Amino acid sequence: MPRPKLIRKVSNPPNFKGFKPIGGPENTHVVVMNYEEYEAIRLSDYELFGQMRASSQMGISRSTFARIYESARRKVALSFTQGLPIVFEGGKVYFDSEWYQCNDCGSLFNHHDRETLANECSLCCSKNIEQFSDESDDVSERNLKCK
Amino acid sequence: MKVAITSTGNSTDAVLDSRFGRCSWFIIYDTELKSTEFIPNPNIDSIEGAGIASARLIASKGAEKVISGEFGAKVKGVFDSLNIKLIVIKEENKTIKDIIKLFQK
Repeated sequence: MPRPKLIRKVSNPPNFKGFKPIGGPENTHVVVMNYEEYEAIRLSDYELFGQMRASSQMGISRSTFARIYESARRKVALSFTQGLPIVFEGGKVYFDSEWYQCNDCGSLFNHHDRETLANECSLCCSKNIEQFSDESDDVSERNLKCK
Repeated sequence: MKVAITSTGNSTDAVLDSRFGRCSWFIIYDTELKSTEFIPNPNIDSIEGAGIASARLIASKGAEKVISGEFGAKVKGVFDSLNIKLIVIKEENKTIKDIIKLFQK
């Protein structure tokens, strides 16, 4: 039995379902791109992170990140050259929501809606909150938690 | 609105349990009725999948927010997809009574 895959963290899932080529014949085939592949392209080519930083952000090893990124690029190339639509679907991922810290009661809480900012603490309803930065979230820590 | 809190005992004097999946008791607090319900955690001795089984239990009780000391990576995803908010309290020795008081403010 192969080793189970680590769960990949996707911190910014797309809020649309995919892409369609303009004009050309209607195509029944689609390219299915996993959320982790989308995230790999986003981190590498949009945020311009190096592979080390991008992989730790997703909670996976650098070589796994390189593999996912490679597969993502091939899918984009296939879609471009064949004029196939891309659909975002599946993958072994979890979505990370925005985390906030309350300065009054000291608790951390998350907020699901990415479009709007949270304006009050979900525990004590205080307005004195700030966004919680997730810098300590490295790979080794996550691996320990999984055990 | 219902809130789930992980607890080490079955009274409001008990301290918050810092683990989610294998905590001793779940307390379902209703903010409108101001009522509390105590549920013993059936997954306390399970070897794996305790977090997800506990998350199902919480969701079936209709809670909209969950308070604990720590959530695992798998559980976070489950709650995110169910649109249930997570609240993490890092402070140790906080009693259930104190937490309920924060809601009544």
